[in-house]
Amino acid sequence: MPWAAVKGVVDKTFMSKKLIIAGQAYHSRLLVGTGKYKDFTETRAAIDASGAQIVTVAIRRTNIGQTAGEPSLLEYLPPEEFTYLPNTAGCYSADDAVRTLRLARELLDGHKLVKLEVLGDPKTLYPNVIETIAAAKTLIKDGFDVMVYTSDDPIIAKQLEDIGCCAVMPLASLIGSGMGILNPWNLQIIIENAKIPVLVDAGIGSAADAAVAMELGCHGVLMNTAIAGARDPVMMAGAMKKAIEAGRESYLAGRMAKKLYSAAPSSPTTGLITAS
Amino acid sequence: MKISINGNVRQLDSENMTISALVMTLNLTGQRLAIEKNGEIVARSQFGAVNLQDGDKLEIVGAVGGG
Repeated sequence: MPWAAVKGVVDKTFMSKKLIIAGQAYHSRLLVGTGKYKDFTETRAAIDASGAQIVTVAIRRTNIGQTAGEPSLLEYLPPEEFTYLPNTAGCYSADDAVRTLRLARELLDGHKLVKLEVLGDPKTLYPNVIETIAAAKTLIKDGFDVMVYTSDDPIIAKQLEDIGCCAVMPLASLIGSGMGILNPWNLQIIIENAKIPVLVDAGIGSAADAAVAMELGCHGVLMNTAIAGARDPVMMAGAMKKAIEAGRESYLAGRMAKKLYSAAPSSPTTGLITAS
Repeated sequence: MKISINGNVRQLDSENMTISALVMTLNLTGQRLAIEKNGEIVARSQFGAVNLQDGDKLEIVGAVGGG
């Protein structure tokens, strides 16, 4: 396992128990999406079980002709209780992404923290990093705190940091694929180079994947389908919460070195009863 | 007048209408919305002050579940 190769050199800035994003401290390192649930009751129950404080939302055209009083996501997840992270899901150009987030800022009373994602292809949902960089520059100039979804390319991740993004969020694997962490080596390089939080976003499939991401040294994980697509989303949300905490503590504790075999068993080698 | 809302053209009875009045007409009062008129965001505090004109294009958006 590749992450075993790295000896625990832990950046002191990230030793703190809390996740710091754009100057705000969060005790939960699990960020969750709010899509794909059966209904808002299940959304709320899963998010409560996850312990997440930051929740992503999408910005979409309002359904005109909707009956007045129909429940909305905001009633189930009051913005006073959670930090909303409006996203640009479904945007394929920098212009569309910027436009979406400016509307989000107006919608959420000047809220600055956003998730930028610019996709390149509707089939794979692979990010378009050229458009992402262009959008990030515009948004940062416009005063946004940008958490940016990107590929697991260490050079691009560093460029996004240099532009002024407040967190970089490389994929573990493709959005909604549940394929887990496909390139832990690249994630490790990104984490090692970064002076801003690195969060894995997309591709997590199970609690084991989430724990591995944290053991690699990620500062947090963002997921949606891994919870919403589980047979029991609320139970999976609880599993993810524990996995994130376990993975983080395992990372901080520093794993033992791997060796092919050990001539030093855990039990004493002396005092054995012997045949007389 | 005719205006476009979220890509659909609508005929409004009145020739003189503010965005606030439109929001009421559309039964959207009380919903958290952001509105763009002809590509420019209209601050929510200005909904009562901005008049609609024939041919205006509006985008009315809200927050929904997403990842």
